[in-house]
Amino acid sequence: MEPLNGFQITLRILYQFSSVWIALLLLFALSLAFKRRLGLYGKLFDSPIGMIGFGLVMFWVFTGIFGAMDLIVTHDPLTQVSGMKNKVPGTPVPGAEAGEYPWYLLGGDNLARDVFSRMIKGAWIVVQIAPLATLFAFMVGITLGLPAGYYGGRLDTFLSFLANLILAFPVILLFYLLVTPEIIETGVPSYMAAVLFVFPIVFLGVLLNSRYFTRPNFRTPLLIGVLGTAIWLYLAMISTGGYIISTKTYSIPGLPGVLDPFDVPGGILVVFVSVVFVNSPTVFRIVRGLAMDIKTRDYVAAAQTRGEGPWYIMLWEILPNARGPLIVDFCLRIGYTTILLGTLGFFGLGLPPESPDWGSTINEGRKLLSIYLHPALPPALALLSLVLGLNLLADGLREESLKD
Amino acid sequence: MGLFILRRFGVMLLTALCLTFVVFFLTNLYPNLEKLAKTQGNQRMSDEQVSAWLENRGYRQPMLVKYGQWLGVAPGFSKTLDDGQFVGTCVRPGQTKEETPNFCGILQGEWGYSTVFKDEVGGIVAKRLGNTGYLMFWVLVLMVPSALLVGVLAGMREGTVMDRSLSTFSIITTATPEYVSGVVFIAIFASSTVGLKWFKGTATQAMDNPTFENFFLPVLTIALYGMGYIARMTRASMTEVMTAQYIRTARLKGVSFPNIVMKHALRNALIAPFTVIMLQFPWLLNGVVIVETLFNYKGFGWALVQAAENNDIQLLLAISVVSVIVVLVTQLISDIGYVYLNPRIRIS
Repeated sequence: MEPLNGFQITLRILYQFSSVWIALLLLFALSLAFKRRLGLYGKLFDSPIGMIGFGLVMFWVFTGIFGAMDLIVTHDPLTQVSGMKNKVPGTPVPGAEAGEYPWYLLGGDNLARDVFSRMIKGAWIVVQIAPLATLFAFMVGITLGLPAGYYGGRLDTFLSFLANLILAFPVILLFYLLVTPEIIETGVPSYMAAVLFVFPIVFLGVLLNSRYFTRPNFRTPLLIGVLGTAIWLYLAMISTGGYIISTKTYSIPGLPGVLDPFDVPGGILVVFVSVVFVNSPTVFRIVRGLAMDIKTRDYVAAAQTRGEGPWYIMLWEILPNARGPLIVDFCLRIGYTTILLGTLGFFGLGLPPESPDWGSTINEGRKLLSIYLHPALPPALALLSLVLGLNLLADGLREESLKD
Repeated sequence: MGLFILRRFGVMLLTALCLTFVVFFLTNLYPNLEKLAKTQGNQRMSDEQVSAWLENRGYRQPMLVKYGQWLGVAPGFSKTLDDGQFVGTCVRPGQTKEETPNFCGILQGEWGYSTVFKDEVGGIVAKRLGNTGYLMFWVLVLMVPSALLVGVLAGMREGTVMDRSLSTFSIITTATPEYVSGVVFIAIFASSTVGLKWFKGTATQAMDNPTFENFFLPVLTIALYGMGYIARMTRASMTEVMTAQYIRTARLKGVSFPNIVMKHALRNALIAPFTVIMLQFPWLLNGVVIVETLFNYKGFGWALVQAAENNDIQLLLAISVVSVIVVLVTQLISDIGYVYLNPRIRIS
């Protein structure tokens, strides 16, 4: 088998991505055809910047999803093939059998694993964690920020002090304090998860209750259904193997294993929790500022005169009117969360060392950077393009939402 | 104004106390102490030996007592072991019982003893801060003028090709975290196989003998990430100023365009970036940790990583105190500066 040259590598990589190209084409064709009926999302396709950003983001989202379905990857991201250590891109795999992909498209890393497949698998980790963690941070920030901005006073002073406290920590110090095996052993992250994951439930409960408060016949079954599911998911998420917290000396029993559909691995949970924890104070400050601004508007006064409850006003009058800046910030924050995940990997915190996420791969590749470039560069450029896409998307959204 | 600053100082003190207590609490959890005992004593210690080691050195006292000792409001712990060794929180290696002070905390000006570097924490932090201060100085020298220039050039004529390209440039820099740009720069400029070989990929020598060759890449890497954000803020505030009434008046009077930008617009446009530059300091601190690790420059961020990886409690506490002070002081300066630069805003 001959080594591939640069042109052949490019062609073959483009071909490996063919499922992503098809999905992207379909998505763009459909969106462009129906863009007038799709609200803010459709308007995004009026701005070239927004379209480029959206394209980049969706490219990585599709790559992550299809990569998880083993469509794009050429080799197993953890298998080491002897003789492929630090080999340059396009090197043929020695003794490749029929059905195996005969080349390492982007070369091998210092443990002789395929760089290309690891980059694709890394996308899936980011696509799984970053949006969800950002969503949770928003739930926490909104649930605490709205009352702080709306009521003001002591509550506001206290919550703002807490938020500033967390913000005054250098992020990396916080990560080093929270995301170590020793701390995981003490169960601190599990406690934090138990507290932080309550907020989405509170948010949902208050949201629905304040809306359908006057129609108890409809509200009660709705709340039982939604909250029941949410609490079940909550318990499933925080309990592993039947225990919420299990340390050497004591343990708190949680959801029994029969009812527990999925276990979040300890490493992922602590990464998730710390990223939510770092992001929520900033979201809190934004929501609080917006709430303070919007509560002086006439429609809020009108709702107060009608006798609406404070939570109805906060969640159904103030929040929908704050959605523009919040959506833009959501996009930017997913990018920032991606950067944070990379930072964690870069310092070797949280995820297991063999994990193919981009940060860990960059960290491993940088040690031999002056001799072998190819293990570190693909994940670095992948991360760069995803964050860039999110930034451009946020810019496009901001531009289009300002036009209203 | 005086009362405002006084109140801010009060809040600052309270924040620093809370934060150090959090750090103290987390570093003093038992598994962390176990790690400390094993690195200091012997990797193969049994559980009983670890417990005894910690007991003898005062690590098993109640949390608040230990925190008090660190602050210097409670007398330090000391004990003479069975083999005649004298140990305790205030005891430095080689000191006898008579030489050891009763109190040794922040209030006495003692920052403690680093278990990793086997030295006084105060001295270590000062030395590392000096290194990082030098790095930060050059980062600011590079970052602030270029960011302001990019922002002003992009914002003075909105929607032109120059605006578009400079804005894209600033978006790209904000989307590139230090560990990505650092890796890319090393690949392009410093790699020994391919690349330009203009600079060195490590800044280890820059601590004694900083030259352009070994020092420029770390500076550029930190500066670039912070630059995009400042440039975007400057651009936003510049475009806003350029549509103001008094600029239109000046144009109608026939003032030349360079004159309008330099004499009329710039002063007002630079108020917002000032606060942003000040608030960038906490972010720069993050960048410093990454870049110092990547380029092996032994500064403050490097010390943070070393302290955290080895659970060096007192060094970690001193580092968090310093970084909290940096964050809060820059916030205070940005608030005061904002009021000072913009007389329309008064503190309520």
